[in-house]
Amino acid sequence: MKDLIQKLVESWGPSGYEDRVRELIRAEIADVVDEWRVDALGNLIAVRKPIRPGGMRVMLAAHMDEIGVMATYVDEKGFIRFTNIGGVYPLNLRGGRVQFRDGRVGVINREEKAEGDPTLAQMFIDVGAASREDCPVRVGDPAVFLRDFVDLGPRLVAKALDDRVGCAILIEVMKQLQDTPHEVVGVFTVQEEVGLRGATTSAFGVEPDLALAIDVTATGDTPEARKRPMKLGAGPAIKVKDRGMLAHPKVKDRLIETAERLGIPYQLEVLELGSTDAASIQTSRAGVPTGCVSIPTRYLHSPSEMVDYEDVTNTVRLILGFLREPIDLG
Amino acid sequence: MDTWALLKQLSEAPGVSGDEGAVRAILKEAIAPYVDEIRVDALGNLIAVQRATVEDPLRVMVEAHMDEVGLMVIRADKDGYLQFQKVGGIDDRILPAKAVRVGKDAIPGVIGIKPIHLLGSAERKKVLGVDDLRIDIGASSREEAERLVKRGDRAVFDTTFADLGPRVKGKAFDDRAGCTVLAALLAAGPYPVELHAVFAVQEEIGLRGARVAAYGIDPDLAIALEGTVADDLLKEKDESPTTELGKGPALTAMDRSVIVDPRLLRFLIQTAEQAGIPYQIKQPGVGGTDAGRIHLVREGVPSAVVAVPCRYIHGPVSLLDKQDMDWTIQLMEAALKRISPDVLAR
Repeated sequence: MKDLIQKLVESWGPSGYEDRVRELIRAEIADVVDEWRVDALGNLIAVRKPIRPGGMRVMLAAHMDEIGVMATYVDEKGFIRFTNIGGVYPLNLRGGRVQFRDGRVGVINREEKAEGDPTLAQMFIDVGAASREDCPVRVGDPAVFLRDFVDLGPRLVAKALDDRVGCAILIEVMKQLQDTPHEVVGVFTVQEEVGLRGATTSAFGVEPDLALAIDVTATGDTPEARKRPMKLGAGPAIKVKDRGMLAHPKVKDRLIETAERLGIPYQLEVLELGSTDAASIQTSRAGVPTGCVSIPTRYLHSPSEMVDYEDVTNTVRLILGFLREPIDLG
Repeated sequence: MDTWALLKQLSEAPGVSGDEGAVRAILKEAIAPYVDEIRVDALGNLIAVQRATVEDPLRVMVEAHMDEVGLMVIRADKDGYLQFQKVGGIDDRILPAKAVRVGKDAIPGVIGIKPIHLLGSAERKKVLGVDDLRIDIGASSREEAERLVKRGDRAVFDTTFADLGPRVKGKAFDDRAGCTVLAALLAAGPYPVELHAVFAVQEEIGLRGARVAAYGIDPDLAIALEGTVADDLLKEKDESPTTELGKGPALTAMDRSVIVDPRLLRFLIQTAEQAGIPYQIKQPGVGGTDAGRIHLVREGVPSAVVAVPCRYIHGPVSLLDKQDMDWTIQLMEAALKRISPDVLAR
């Protein structure tokens, strides 16, 4: 599964421009699913029909997009000013590299005279152009962090683990799913990082009976971190709440029961900030019982996010276990 | 259709969010000869359909909002002054000493402020907010004021449209410029698409009208027409002007509300380049438009934004370049003639 994760994280796909990631995923799953489609906004929707009766339509969502930047201006000397696509922290940018769609690389730096906390307005991208006319980048061109995947053995480091690791897990679930009473609809969503937009429209289209988002969550296990109960290596995080949603209690309990039954380590997630596609799915149409399984991740929204590989494989096991039997929400 | 006469009429009409009736009436009359169906929906959106010249056409929603930012009367003081609140995004600094028109009868008033003779140096630097300000309609008691104005009445800036030669000035070009472009498009139709023209309500207070209109129409794709920020005055640093006057229609790649569908952005750029129409890409990350709601309706609607650059929007007077508006109409006409389902192929 590490190869799959590497392929996904090294792919290029800021919010709104997920086509390459989508093509990669489509090629992975096209042969194992019963049908797939791409909707108006670009969500990839893959369906596995139930093997036996007694189930419901379960939507599993992982988002394909990653945070990035977009060129807002090219000055006379050929330097590019930019804005954020999703939650980009200025502190993570200086000295970093970004890559545009055509492969061109730029380095980010900051106005030398600028003082105080860094802001995006003080920063610029240098693609080595000598002048505005010489600059190949146009206003409106998006770019993402450029950073290799690194396998540290038990842990993995990469850009865009948020949420390509969730995509990898969902791909594995769609592939390994054997005995289930449920119609499992795997949705690889677009534009999560800019406001859960793809999940909003795909949930309307899929109209599920139950949904789970698969996404990353912040941890509190680094030096002088903010207090957060989640940590790497303690298993998948079963969401209780975040800023945007309260997990459906029966869905949450069912995930806990599944983990305990199968002997899968798990942790409960209470996140004060942030949210996931689950928040918009939950309020789609007349409402959808929704939960979320999170992969604890350090250094979120930086070019070097870190996950524990066993947490990843255990998340696949947890979701497969969850889907094995009929689910009673009564 | 005389676009400048229509823009003048629309610009001078009051239409603060939630109270767009006067603007809607003008538009209804202006477009009636050119459309096959016309209706007003539950929230007040004016929706017109112009049938296609071909079988099995794409269903395209083109939208502009009728409402403008303005003021709402809260109550009359015992001395006859009117307390008010802002409707939509208005900079407090621009309010004092402005002439306004209040309510259906367009009662003239002025936002009162002490003359400079009476101000100490500290007072001159203070920005007055709506709580410090009152509209003076010349009444000297609450009873007198309430005979003329009711709580909830809207007030707009009292601004006369003027032709400045290559440019025009007037209030509410955001988004009466877009409304004018859309009316002109209907007059120049029909097209090989089924055109659903939406003149939307309540954009300035949260993109409310366009959302329900899009839900009702369920289009294949949508284009929002805007009058957008031009910020091309002198700057200290070499930085983005957001948009500039005289450089053609502004195409959005991304703002706070939407990432424009890359297929539609590419299509609009190609259309402009083939037709030799100048265009500019609006500074990404700035502002939000009705496209932000339209694209999230139902199963999703690929959406784009095309705007006429306007200086000084959300103030008493905005200013636009006539050629920019002509070019915007030309670009949209060319786009509606050219667009086919292939544009949306993946």
